[in-house]
Amino acid sequence: MAVKSNLTNMVLVLGITCLVCSALLGGAYALTKEPIDKAVVEKTNRAISQVLPAFSETAYKEVSSDGKTYHYYEATNGSSVVGYAIESTTVGFGGNLTLMVGVTPDGVVYNTSVLSQSETPGLGAKCNTDEKFMAQWKGFDPSSKILSVKKDGGDVDAITASTITSRAYTEAVKNALEAFKSLNNGGQSNE
Amino acid sequence: MEYFLIIISAIFVNNIVLAQFLGICPFLGVSNKLSTATGMSMAVCFVITLATLVTYLINQYLLVPFGLTFLQTIAFILVIAALVQMVEIVLKKVSPALYQALGIFLPLITTNCAVLGVAINVVTKQFSFVPGGMLNLGQALVYAFATSLGYGLAMVIFAGIREHLALNDVPKAFKGVPIAIISVGILALAFMGFSGMVK
Amino acid sequence: MEDKAMSNKLKLIGDGLVKNNPTFVLLLGMCPTLATTTSAINGLSMGLATLFVLVLSNMAISAIAPVVPDKVHIPVYIVVIATFVTLLQFLMQAYTPAMYETLGLFIPLIVVNCIVLGRAEAFANKHGVLESACDGLGVGLGFTCSLTVLGLVREILGSGSAFGFNFIGGHDGMLAFVMAPGAFLCLGYLMVLFNKFVKKN
Repeated sequence: MAVKSNLTNMVLVLGITCLVCSALLGGAYALTKEPIDKAVVEKTNRAISQVLPAFSETAYKEVSSDGKTYHYYEATNGSSVVGYAIESTTVGFGGNLTLMVGVTPDGVVYNTSVLSQSETPGLGAKCNTDEKFMAQWKGFDPSSKILSVKKDGGDVDAITASTITSRAYTEAVKNALEAFKSLNNGGQSNE
Repeated sequence: MEYFLIIISAIFVNNIVLAQFLGICPFLGVSNKLSTATGMSMAVCFVITLATLVTYLINQYLLVPFGLTFLQTIAFILVIAALVQMVEIVLKKVSPALYQALGIFLPLITTNCAVLGVAINVVTKQFSFVPGGMLNLGQALVYAFATSLGYGLAMVIFAGIREHLALNDVPKAFKGVPIAIISVGILALAFMGFSGMVK
Repeated sequence: MEDKAMSNKLKLIGDGLVKNNPTFVLLLGMCPTLATTTSAINGLSMGLATLFVLVLSNMAISAIAPVVPDKVHIPVYIVVIATFVTLLQFLMQAYTPAMYETLGLFIPLIVVNCIVLGRAEAFANKHGVLESACDGLGVGLGFTCSLTVLGLVREILGSGSAFGFNFIGGHDGMLAFVMAPGAFLCLGYLMVLFNKFVKKN
């Protein structure tokens, strides 16, 4: 039933298939690029609005602290800065743990949110769902509380049976606060 | 140090079969006998390392500069299919003995998701123990080779278990694949002990 | 005549669900089966993603099969399948980004899912477009059902919830079932049950 396999045939069919398919994909890529970019932006915006009080505009910036570069978003409402949403990555139990940490201009954590994690499902992955663990970050004031888990003599309640993840989470918040300090000290912030 | 971490992580902690679930079909298919299992693991090892080298270079010097990373899947699978064919032809001419040993497994490897899985992982995944997160060419090759060693390890252990299982009298409904899969589960339970050692 | 053709197509779909069930009978596509069934929803999504590729690639391949020379049919089929997979990747990234992240690597790996190439080889290149679509639908639904069942069992045992609704009130389930070993154990025991009760008839 199939066409005879001589060289011209084979090259022609394979060539045409590849061409048509790549053209199709190129078209589809162009069509879906906008919604894909929009989805990415939306995800970031949702994370920012979750960790900061109401704002009207955000501006993407970078700051270096302790040899690392941090991406952050400066949120403004009218002319006043309502806070900074800082992306911070540390190593958890299963791999990288990336947080969005919202810090208000007075240096208090407004809220935190997990951007990506690869922790154990049901244990460390609870850092994303455990209400008690997540609630304690709301309004966490590093000047009155010690930023490390209770096991290490701090004030952070760890997730049950997931000390390593909790430590990584705490570390990420700490790094974000360091980054906040250096951007307040006029650290090299480049647009 | 990074290389050491990559090797331990790829062989034990994130074992490709028991923790990442890649390459299960041939894993179940040819693990009946220890000798075929060894042959298959060697063929996989060879192809994974070679395919990673080629796809890494293609990605780095062709797809990324031209902004064509969205063609990754299609480009990689074509390269792997062509590569497997080429290896088969070259092996037949150069070393008939090796071809005899690996030959029958080679056509199966194109659809072994471990090969494509490793190739995609190497260029997209963030590794926490590497500065910057992305592997360079040397690290990618070590990762690919160690991963396929892990594949071989799981395959050989499992083939050994299966040879013994075949001699046992198990209930009829359990015979064959079901009991094999349940034993893989127990093996995976043992490998879970490595988790968290290296991220 | 029309009725017969209709019932034929229904039979094709039914066969894919039980007699040719890709997971429990044909033992195809084991990797996504084990890796993505950490919950019922994840299993369902992976099944639907595969269904999408399976139906479209079956249709396309049955349409072009007569003009493809024998010796290059595998590469051509793979290119067609990879095209649909990439299309699926775009769509998921655009409209269900969270699910795309959860399923991760296993979306591009649909290309090498033996079910898709297997159906192209065994069915689509010998049959018409409509029949191939039905076959793809049947096998895809069979795959989706198996994945959903496996995901549901693992979710109930592992996290004490079903389709995301927790019913053990904040306690932990048996976590091993959500992790790698549980995937193998559940699949093994489900196969035993399938052998015992379905295959016999």
